[in-house]
Order: sequence, then C-alpha cells, then structure tokens
Amino acid sequence: MNDSTSKGGLWRALRTPTAKYSLGAVLIVGFVGGIVFWGGFNTAMEATNTEKFCISCHEMHDNVYQEYKTTIHYANRSGVRATCPDCHVPKEWVHKVVRKIQASNELYHKALGTIDTPEKFEAKRLELAGNVWRAMKKTDSRECRNCHDFESMDYTKQGRRAMRAHEEGLAGGMTCIDCHKGIAHQLPDMHDVDPSAVVGETQ
Amino acid sequence: MKKTVVMATLAAIISLGIGTTAVADEPVEVSSLRGHNPIDQDADVPNPKRWQRDRAPIERDYVQQPPLIPHSIEGYNINRKFNKCLTCHSWKNYKSSGATKISQTHFEDRDRNVHANVAARRYFCTQCHVSQVDAEPLVENTFKPVEYIR
Ligand code: HEC
Ligand code: HEC
Repeated sequence: MNDSTSKGGLWRALRTPTAKYSLGAVLIVGFVGGIVFWGGFNTAMEATNTEKFCISCHEMHDNVYQEYKTTIHYANRSGVRATCPDCHVPKEWVHKVVRKIQASNELYHKALGTIDTPEKFEAKRLELAGNVWRAMKKTDSRECRNCHDFESMDYTKQGRRAMRAHEEGLAGGMTCIDCHKGIAHQLPDMHDVDPSAVVGETQ
Repeated sequence: MKKTVVMATLAAIISLGIGTTAVADEPVEVSSLRGHNPIDQDADVPNPKRWQRDRAPIERDYVQQPPLIPHSIEGYNINRKFNKCLTCHSWKNYKSSGATKISQTHFEDRDRNVHANVAARRYFCTQCHVSQVDAEPLVENTFKPVEYIR
C-alpha cells in the first residue's frame, strides 16, 4: 500500500479532475495541441516519404537510384515520374505506418553498414530484391496498382505480346511483379530464380 | 658540310610551315559530326528513330538467317547475371510466354558439344538478332530470297 501511494503520485494527478481550469479550456488546449501534434507527426512522416530523403543515403543514391534513372519510371514521353515512395511505400495510412515501422530495421542496418559498399550491396541484392518481390506478391502488387489499374487498361491498345500476357496472366491469377521484375533497377544474379535465363550450368 | 645540311633542313621546315599556313588560309570544308553549329549553341536534334510496334514473326530471307526480332527490346538487359530474352524464349519459359523457343543450335558450343543450357557463344542474343526501327534503308538492296523459302 505504502509504495503504491508514492508510485501513484503521477497516476493520481492524472486521474483527479482539475480544479483550476475550466472544462472548456482543457478541451480547447487538448484540441489545438492535438492538431499541432498530429500535423507535426504527419509532416515528419511525409518528409521521409520523398525521393530526396530516400537518396540522402549513399546506399540508395549510388546503387539503385542510378539504375532507376535509366528506366521509364524516371523519364518518359509524358513526363509523369514515379518516385521511390510511389512504388515502395503504401498509400493507405495503416499500411504506410506499418511500412515506416519496418523501416527501423533499415536504419539499424544503415548503422551497421550492412550494404555500405557496392560489393556488399551486390552480395545481398538477391535477398533484398526477394523481400520486395514477396511483399508485392502478397499484396497483389498494390503499389503498382496505385497507378496501373487493370480495369482501365485497354488491351487492344497494347502490343501483341502484352495483350496476350495481360489477358491470360491476369485471368490466371498472376500479378504485376510475376513478370515485371527488374523494371526500375538491375536484377540480382538470377541463377537461383530462373537458371534457364542465365548463362552456364549450375547443377 | 654539316652546316649546309642543318641549313637545308631548317629551310625545308620553314617552307613547309609557310606551305601549311597558305593551305589553312583557304576555307576548309570539313564538317564535324554535330554539323556546322557554333560550339556555344545546341546542335540540331537528330530525328530519333522509333521502334516498330510488336508484330508477327518476320519472314526470313535465307535459311541460315537469324530471324529479325519482331518486337521492341527497349530496356531488355543481357548481362552476366541475367538475360531478359530468355525469360520468354528459353525452353523452360517459351510455353507460358507464347514466344518461339531458342533453336537446338543455341545449345552447341564451338566444339560441337551440346549443353543443357544456352551456350556462351549464343548468350548475347543481339549480336545476331536485331529488332527494327522505322528507318529507311541506307543503301538500295535488291537481294531476293532463294526459291526454296519464298
Ligand atoms: C516478354 C516476352 C519476350 C521477351 C522478353 C523477348 N521476346 Fe522475343 N518474342 C516473344 C514472343 C511472344 C515472340 C513471338 C511473336 C509473336 O508471335 O507475336 C517473339 C519473337 C521473337 C523472335 C522471332 C522468332 C521467329 O521465329 O521469327 C526473335 C528472333 C526474338 N523474339 C528475339 C528476342 C530477343 C533477342 C530478345 C531479347 C533482347 C527477346 N526476343 C525478348 C516474346 C519475348
Ligand atoms: C551467333 C548468332 C546467334 C546468337 C548469339 C543467338 N542466335 Fe538465335 N538464331 C541464330 C540463327 C542463325 C538462327 C536460325 C537458325 C537456327 O535455328 O539456328 C536463330 C534462331 C533463333 C530463333 C528461332 C528458332 C526457331 O525455331 O525458329 C529464336 C527464337 C532465337 N534464335 C532466339 C535467340 C535468343 C533468345 C538468343 C539469346 C539467348 C539467341 N537467339 C542468340 C543466331 C543466333
């Protein structure tokens, strides 16, 4: 009992109704404070959701970013650009926060220097790319579908190969990432993924 | 004796020098690859060629011809780690992709050993197979396929 009173000092203060401030004042302060806090939180989160932030690490800037700059998602005839977060961070709030929490693992490995040279990065590339492929497969390529919607795709405007692949593949339960791997970055060594698409016999 | 040789050589060099300056005075009609644009101005933009749209396989003109690629290959990488073409054309993948499978000959190395996977000398597909752009032929060509494959 005794030590619960000392421990409960703050607790009791929080539970006791205030005698000094009116309910209105408490409500207004709470409301305004809430807006400021929430706005600050979201602003900070959005600041980490820009390409500029992503490539402020040399790991991203010197490897994947340079590769992405040669692809159609960076420069194209219509001038629409998909930046890092467009493909790698979910748009919906809950999924976004989950992804942001997972990113703490990336900070940890940044500190460890897990991929701080091109050689180390290349050695881990299959594993890292595999993580993204798995995540995309699980969400039915949700981030692709933020911009590319099957419902709005006119197959008749596509080339022969695309038309056939989209008709059959999507009807057969396939998803974007099944075929469109390595479209914004170089692929890892694919010996273990599809040996028929790499030179040499491994068995 | 020595002196005259030196003098003669000097004279030759000097006259050569005069000769070249005389030539340089005439306008020189050499155009660089970027045309006659002044160096401080942008060069003319060359008319970029476009890939032809995907279409059905293109007829061959002779029996040993590597078939032309009837589709765009923009962004298709071929390197040590991966070959984009084979994701559709390998014997493992051709059925699901609807592509032509690479021919038997592509498994044979230069010593005629047949391998289980594509031979190294056939790995860089675009050495032999080329896709088409909307360009006019550079020179006139009257080549006709032999009767047997026409
Ligand atoms: C996305 C799948 C895909 C990829 C990747 C691909 N192709 Fe094709 N290719 C096809 C299909 C499908 C056809 C058959 C065209 C048709 O019938 O519509 C074809 C046809 C061809 C043909 C003509 C075959 C013939 O019998 O005339 C050649 C040659 C060819 N491709 C070479 C290549 C090369 C070289 C690459 C890599 C630079 C490549 N392809 C990448 C799907 C692909
Ligand atoms: C050294 C030149 C050379 C290289 C490299 C090469 N090919 Fe060929 N390819 C040929 C020739 C020649 C033919 C036609 C004769 C034959 O079938 O061997 C052919 C035929 C083909 C055909 C048609 C097969 C058929 O049954 O009609 C396809 C498809 C093809 N090649 C795809 C590829 C792909 C994909 C690659 C890269 C992995 C490749 N080729 C690399 C020369 C080459």
